[in-house]
Amino acid sequence: MIVVGGLLASGCGRQSIISNQSPPAHGITVLWWWMLGVAGLVFVGSVAFLVIGYVKRHTPGLPFLGQNELAAQGLVLLFGIGIPLGVLVALFGVSDVYLIRQTAAPAPNTTRLTIHVIGHQWWWEVRYGDGHPVTANEIHIPVRTRVNVVATTADVIHSFWVPQLNRKIDMIPGQRNRVLLYANRSGKYRGQCSQYCGLQHANMAMFVIAQPAPAFRSWLAHMSTPAAKPTTPQARAGERLFMNSQCSSCHFIGGTPAQGTVGPDLTHVKSRSTLASGMIPNTPKWLADWIHNPQAIKPGDRMPDLGLSWGEVHQIVAYLQELK
Amino acid sequence: MATVVSPRGQRYVDLLERVWGERKGLVGWLTTTDHKRIGIMYFFTALALFGAGGVEALLIRTQLFGPNGHVLSPAAYDEIFTMHGITMIFLFVIPMTTGAFGNYLLPLMIGARDMAFPRMNALSYWIYLASGIFMYIALAQGHAPNAGWFNYVPLASKTYDPSNNIDFYGWGLIFNGISSTAAVINFIVTIFKLRAPGMSLNRMPLFCYAFLAVSFALLFALPSLSVACLFLELDRQFGFQFYNAAHGGAPLLWQNLFWIFGHPEVYIIILPAFGIATAIIPTFTHRKMVFFPLVALAEILVAFLGFGVWVHHMFTVGYATVTTVYFAAASLIIVIPSAIQLFAWIATIMTGTPEFKTPMLFIIGFIVFFIIGGLSGVTLAAIPFDQQVHDSYYVIAHFHFVIFGAAVFPILGGMYFWFPKVTGRMYNETVGKVSFWTTFVGTFVTFFPMHILGLMGMIRRNYTYPAGLGFSTLNAVETVAAFVLAGGLVSIVLNLLISYFKGPMCGSDPWEGDTLEWSTSSPPPPYNYAVIPTVTSPYPMWDKADRELDNRRLERGEGVFALGHRTPGSTVQDAEFDELLKMPPHSIWPPVTAMALAGVFTMLLLGHLFIAVGFAAAIALALLGWHHRGSEP
Repeated sequence: MIVVGGLLASGCGRQSIISNQSPPAHGITVLWWWMLGVAGLVFVGSVAFLVIGYVKRHTPGLPFLGQNELAAQGLVLLFGIGIPLGVLVALFGVSDVYLIRQTAAPAPNTTRLTIHVIGHQWWWEVRYGDGHPVTANEIHIPVRTRVNVVATTADVIHSFWVPQLNRKIDMIPGQRNRVLLYANRSGKYRGQCSQYCGLQHANMAMFVIAQPAPAFRSWLAHMSTPAAKPTTPQARAGERLFMNSQCSSCHFIGGTPAQGTVGPDLTHVKSRSTLASGMIPNTPKWLADWIHNPQAIKPGDRMPDLGLSWGEVHQIVAYLQELK
Repeated sequence: MATVVSPRGQRYVDLLERVWGERKGLVGWLTTTDHKRIGIMYFFTALALFGAGGVEALLIRTQLFGPNGHVLSPAAYDEIFTMHGITMIFLFVIPMTTGAFGNYLLPLMIGARDMAFPRMNALSYWIYLASGIFMYIALAQGHAPNAGWFNYVPLASKTYDPSNNIDFYGWGLIFNGISSTAAVINFIVTIFKLRAPGMSLNRMPLFCYAFLAVSFALLFALPSLSVACLFLELDRQFGFQFYNAAHGGAPLLWQNLFWIFGHPEVYIIILPAFGIATAIIPTFTHRKMVFFPLVALAEILVAFLGFGVWVHHMFTVGYATVTTVYFAAASLIIVIPSAIQLFAWIATIMTGTPEFKTPMLFIIGFIVFFIIGGLSGVTLAAIPFDQQVHDSYYVIAHFHFVIFGAAVFPILGGMYFWFPKVTGRMYNETVGKVSFWTTFVGTFVTFFPMHILGLMGMIRRNYTYPAGLGFSTLNAVETVAAFVLAGGLVSIVLNLLISYFKGPMCGSDPWEGDTLEWSTSSPPPPYNYAVIPTVTSPYPMWDKADRELDNRRLERGEGVFALGHRTPGSTVQDAEFDELLKMPPHSIWPPVTAMALAGVFTMLLLGHLFIAVGFAAAIALALLGWHHRGSEP
């Protein structure tokens, strides 16, 4: 019951390998169900042998065959070598010869778009092409399009994993690993760093947002534009404060003096749905709490407590709210 | 002993008592070289550390009971899960199997009077104890290792972990490795040279084959870990760049070196459990193991093949397909020797007349969990699937079924099985059965749902998880079950503890066991056997004529060797009598040497190189004392 209930539940999870949304992830899921089926058969069969052993515990020898040592040895040879050999060869062929081609790094010139995803403690930098546009923690891709993801790291080893779309790939210093990203249909797919990377490894999530090609193109065009100028006095005060405080030494805002590269690019921060790498919703209230005391929300995070007053926090929030 | 010894035989027994007797009290324990007392010290130390690792596990489970848990801070959680892994693998399972079970039982099973190098045996124990304390000082000072038990760089480098947390890991594991290395060399020589004359390799119990395989595996696997840790400390403390990609080093070098050790390690953990199972099954099924030679071969093959599979821990690092496919194939091949053993046990149970006493129940539990853990292991050799669930809770489920279900269950069964031999008393069977079922159900419900959580995308080493991903219910169930499991383990310890004082006396052979240890008294005398036993098959206790012959030989003083601290050595293959080996008496030098070595590692940790050299000189002095010949005849 636990098994069945759990498996049903795993079918509708937002980060489940079972609710796959791409051909490679689908292939892996099909492989999983076959392996589960065969494994279930092996388990039930082996336990059945033990049950037979229990039922006939007062009589030595096998049922029907009696005390025949050759038969007992034959049993070991058949189930210990013969059958496993057949099953393993089949599994090897299906998974490690055939299916592995689908999860391998995409061949050159088979993808229409390259995205650089760079792991940081503890957020994701996302670059389209070599320069701008840059965003963080949300990866927009056109739906039904083969996308080449180049996965690298700025510090320790991370692992890029969006279970519904494909296998994971590690991000290792000095290496440029690649993985295919493809989504069958529009939607928002949750992913998470899966290689332990320190204090906030648990809160290093990201979203892949697959959208129709025209919507994706206009999103990308918008991302290439510099930041909006603040319109209200409150927001203008926030901008001044941002540029003159530590904020601008870590964050980048296109078209402004803020040229930091340590933290996420904030040029269009309002267009994102979450803050702190998928940890909290991007609402003015949460944003204020985050700026006021990030360490309370995400202990150990690289963003320090700046000691700003609530008044100053709200000015900065007002400014950031306009960076759509 | 079950048989009455005549006055003539008693003379020899008295002589042996005098030659082999050790000092009494605390000094006796400090200076002992008796493999049984060393085994008992290993047992209690490993049990205490198992308790520590268990408490850490319960803390982890409590933190993960619901989403956004606040029992532990992220920093504390990282230290706790790292210490849990290090403790269970390096400080519990290996010392418990090789140190406690191997030390106590192996010389008994092969009819020897002690291990080949009794003082080195004591040294292994004292180093193990010191390395355990060394590791736990880290936790006590609030800077325990915190980069996971496989400690990937650069997270474990000075840049990202500037305090001394990781230095405890690096030096501690090298320190601990010396203990294991000394122990396994001792096992290999003991198994090859000290078998009772007549116990040719084809008559050696399967338990001993398992320990032989483990010893070789550890001997060849450990250098890789020690080198990896040495490079790590050179990087961290002396500015080397082995693992720094920015200066031409390679983070993957650590992963390769670690797993070249780490995968054989998995079989090192499981093989002694196989050995314990093959010791318990014949006794309770009242028949010989089905296909003895094939099982012996399979045990050795598992250890051998275990060296060729390490990259299956690294399928997601971006290696070329051709590389990963080779290691996947090698990993699949290991299934064959494992399946041979599995079905040999099952066939023995099916064709025998199994009696489901507590030790046997634990072996049945072991078989069931080994099937589950083995099958999930096979799925992980399917590279695309591994690339999905790698570093998720699916993997946690897999290796807990293997390491807890399949390695620890035989340890628990073995504790019940040999309790009468070690203490001379019988445990309570009813409580034993209750403790089995509690532990069995607790284990299953704690670890099975982790498969599902992994498939749902729950990553490992996460100090918390958000609500809304569907993780909450199963995590809550697991946490409750973990406490049930802990209750089961406590009931085992209580059962044995109370039985030690109140259990009925049980005689030398309560189970009608098949191996030699059941022929001597419970507990065995310091010299193990008054007469070095006659062996003509792998099931010597079932050869009644041989045992009666031994009684007659005692009358004649044949095979007693009572004139000194001696045990017979025999030839490697056929175990023909070779020479009479002089065994060293008890000594204070092993613990002294271990303490000096602890000084070396503490000073290395603190960066005081000159004082470390001073302690190294102290080791040299201690070794002089060690080798000084006293008035020993």
